[in-house]
Amino acid sequence: MRSDGSQSAPLGLKIAAACGLLFLHLPILLIFVYAFTTEEKSFVWPPPGLTTQWFAVTWNRPDVWQALSLSVRVAAISTAIALVLGTLCSAAVSRTKFFGRETISLLVILPIALPGIITGIALRSAFALADIPFSFWTIVLGHATFCVVVVYNNAVARFRRTSGSMIEASMDLGADGFQTFRHVVLPNIATALLAGGMLAFALSFDEVIVTTFTAGQQQTLPIWMLEELIRPRQRPVTNVVAMVVMLVTLLPILAAYYLTRDGDQIAGSGK
Amino acid sequence: MSLDAAMVRATAPAILPGSGGLRGALSDLFWRKPKVLLLLMLLPPVLWLGIVYIGSLFALLAQSFFSIDEFSGLINREFTLKTYGDLFQAANLDIILRTVTMAALVTLASAVIAFPIAYYAARYARGRWKALFYLGIMLPLWSSYLVKIYAWKLILAKEGILTWLLAKLHLLWVLDAWLSLPIVGGNSLSVSFTGTFIVFVYVWLPFMILPVQAALERVPGNLVEASSDLGASPGQTFRNVLFPLALPGIVAGSIFTFSLTLGDYIIPQIIGTSRLFIGQAVYSQQGTAGNIPLAAAFTVVPIVIMGFYLWGAKRMGAFDAL
Repeated sequence: MRSDGSQSAPLGLKIAAACGLLFLHLPILLIFVYAFTTEEKSFVWPPPGLTTQWFAVTWNRPDVWQALSLSVRVAAISTAIALVLGTLCSAAVSRTKFFGRETISLLVILPIALPGIITGIALRSAFALADIPFSFWTIVLGHATFCVVVVYNNAVARFRRTSGSMIEASMDLGADGFQTFRHVVLPNIATALLAGGMLAFALSFDEVIVTTFTAGQQQTLPIWMLEELIRPRQRPVTNVVAMVVMLVTLLPILAAYYLTRDGDQIAGSGK
Repeated sequence: MSLDAAMVRATAPAILPGSGGLRGALSDLFWRKPKVLLLLMLLPPVLWLGIVYIGSLFALLAQSFFSIDEFSGLINREFTLKTYGDLFQAANLDIILRTVTMAALVTLASAVIAFPIAYYAARYARGRWKALFYLGIMLPLWSSYLVKIYAWKLILAKEGILTWLLAKLHLLWVLDAWLSLPIVGGNSLSVSFTGTFIVFVYVWLPFMILPVQAALERVPGNLVEASSDLGASPGQTFRNVLFPLALPGIVAGSIFTFSLTLGDYIIPQIIGTSRLFIGQAVYSQQGTAGNIPLAAAFTVVPIVIMGFYLWGAKRMGAFDAL
């Protein structure tokens, strides 16, 4: 009798799946090659030569550093806000059933379910109506709003696996609410929060659609890249920045995967 | 409340003494009245999302009922439906139709490409392979959106790798023939609708794979075996068994691919023709044209379309596959 696991897939399916995965990954690999090309004016393939000089040029560009620094600060603060709001919300939703629970879940997911341009222009028109000038905080306001869902998703998945009787046991043994939170709840959800925080950071670091509406004249790294894509000034520098951005976003994703891989494979779903 | 807590402590000294102070009082309060704790936990996120997000959405909706004074360019803050009327001009209807067509095609293509990957990952991949597939879908999903678009600019450029590859295979005539077609063609792939289409499919594909895989994971393997035992060809098994069971997953994935394509303005701006999509229309109306009311009315279009779409998807049970 043939059992489920030992069976091998039909050849056609194997080829189709492999081609699909190649389609997803080859373009990303190409970025790593172009960062070393000697060609300055066009996207010619194959690269006429390989060089590392553009890394040095990029290193000495103050505009890149400014954009990078703004992106990192925005992502750090947005992640911190999202961690607090997302944890509170997931704890409330998963420990009790109350009226309007579904609405709360929907409210959290909405900023990411509706296209970014709607979030962006909605925030922009709200700033316009309320006469709020663009600043660092207007960017954070937008980013934190759609980062909450990432933390929320990760924390909810973990709470679902954490049994409520542990909290009761802790209380029975004489711990007060704060001690229970500190010594029982927090260690249980810590890795899920860390994973959620990393994904939120990656999401915020990379966000461009909402940011174009809330940044005014400020340049985050993705906005800097967008400018370069529309009006290229120095292509090799863009190539290097593209590679760095790719690495900066890939590392947190890998880390988040290893933190949550036992059991709940929910880390990234529902970006 | 702290008095209450003190009474309990006095009458039942055999149990641990309370920790006292504000901290103990709060802890007791949360234990007795879980609703207070619930309220305190919900208040910050609900206030934030309610004020920042829902508030902004209402601000947007309000703006769409304002109008712009065509002579002064100032925004007239009085209720009117004139701005919605402007949506029905031929040029604007064109934009809406073009975007919806693109979204439908992108959704269809993503479903076709996603299915084999999802099916293999759900049914055949085990252990290390399963993890590899999972990462193989997650990494492209989460890696930088702009860099992915940039990669395609490199690929589709006239001097880029695709032209080089086709030249090596002596297939350049196929590309030239395709580019000479009306509507889908253009000077090079990076300034044609075909290019826009490819990049849309590429960028949203992982959003389709995940829910389809989730739906297929729930199909018991013996169902497929039973179907072939009963004499169905692989094609028949796919049509009558696998596809209907995967459909909720495909619909769930299509929510993402459809909605994201409707709202995107960066992909068609970087890789595509000068003919606008809804997102670009919104962006240029609020930016250079300064016509925020019309931009707001434009964004209501994807919201309404997605509303109907979600309603239909819910009836098909797509939300269980998310």
